[in-house]
Amino acid sequence: MATGTRLKVPVSQPRERKEQFEKQVTCLMDRLYGTALRLARHPDDAEDVVAETISNAWKKLDQLDDLSRMEGWLFRILHHTFVSQWRRRQCRQDREVELEPGDNDNPFSLFEKLHQPFLLWWGAPEKEFMNALLQEDISKAIDNLPDAYRIVIVLVEVEGYSYEEASRLLDLPMGTIRSRLCRARSLLQKALWQQGHDAGLARCGGHSPGNTSGGDV
Amino acid sequence: MKESWISCEEVITRLFDYLDREMDSDTSAEIERHLERCHDCFSRAEFERRLRERIATSGRQEAPQRLRRRIKNIIEHF
Ligand SMILES: [Zn+2]
Repeated sequence: MATGTRLKVPVSQPRERKEQFEKQVTCLMDRLYGTALRLARHPDDAEDVVAETISNAWKKLDQLDDLSRMEGWLFRILHHTFVSQWRRRQCRQDREVELEPGDNDNPFSLFEKLHQPFLLWWGAPEKEFMNALLQEDISKAIDNLPDAYRIVIVLVEVEGYSYEEASRLLDLPMGTIRSRLCRARSLLQKALWQQGHDAGLARCGGHSPGNTSGGDV
Repeated sequence: MKESWISCEEVITRLFDYLDREMDSDTSAEIERHLERCHDCFSRAEFERRLRERIATSGRQEAPQRLRRRIKNIIEHF
């Protein structure tokens, strides 16, 4: 129902298209919300991101010829929506804190921590650790990452973006994506180790209390 | 390590590039061959792969009914 005039917001999409749009959005809702929650951290903010995403997507729906390709398109809009909201909020101070250089030549490795020689009696400690790890432990560790690191982890590990796609979306050089990702993984694994340690998952030395290991992280 | 061209150390250094599919296919194939033979590197790759799956799963969360209603409302008013 084109009106002939150039409207920024399509006043009416054909009914069928609208129904299809709604159907797909409904199917993707758990992933849209989940991704938004990992990005924005707070449920209310995540809901706002999803709502704005849907409005933005509707405004741009004319650009999408093939509705079957809506999924990837919608998630790109979600990330754009979040990133632009985040840029608006972000102040200079935050940036400096987040860009503190880390030791990327020597990233923290959960696997290595779990494989210390004195733990060998324990069978396959990394499998035990993984099995005992709760989904909420992982969410918590991601949520605690500084924004700049959390965003790359969500893009690459949750959404499966290539470094190049992440680089374009965030308007950062590939090298920056790479180093942030490395730092993000290191921080994430360290947090999981610490959380696991606190929860008694990595029973370093079995009954021996205190910090035989991991206390220095 | 003796049989492969690529060393364990190099495999570990490039493991994430490999898992992210951010390397040329030759290197990727070389790492794959190494992982078939080297138990240590294989366990490590499996660990990182499983952790990654768990991280990916964290992007799925049941959307609150409140949000579903809100979206339905938004779409109705388009
Ligand atoms: Zn090896």
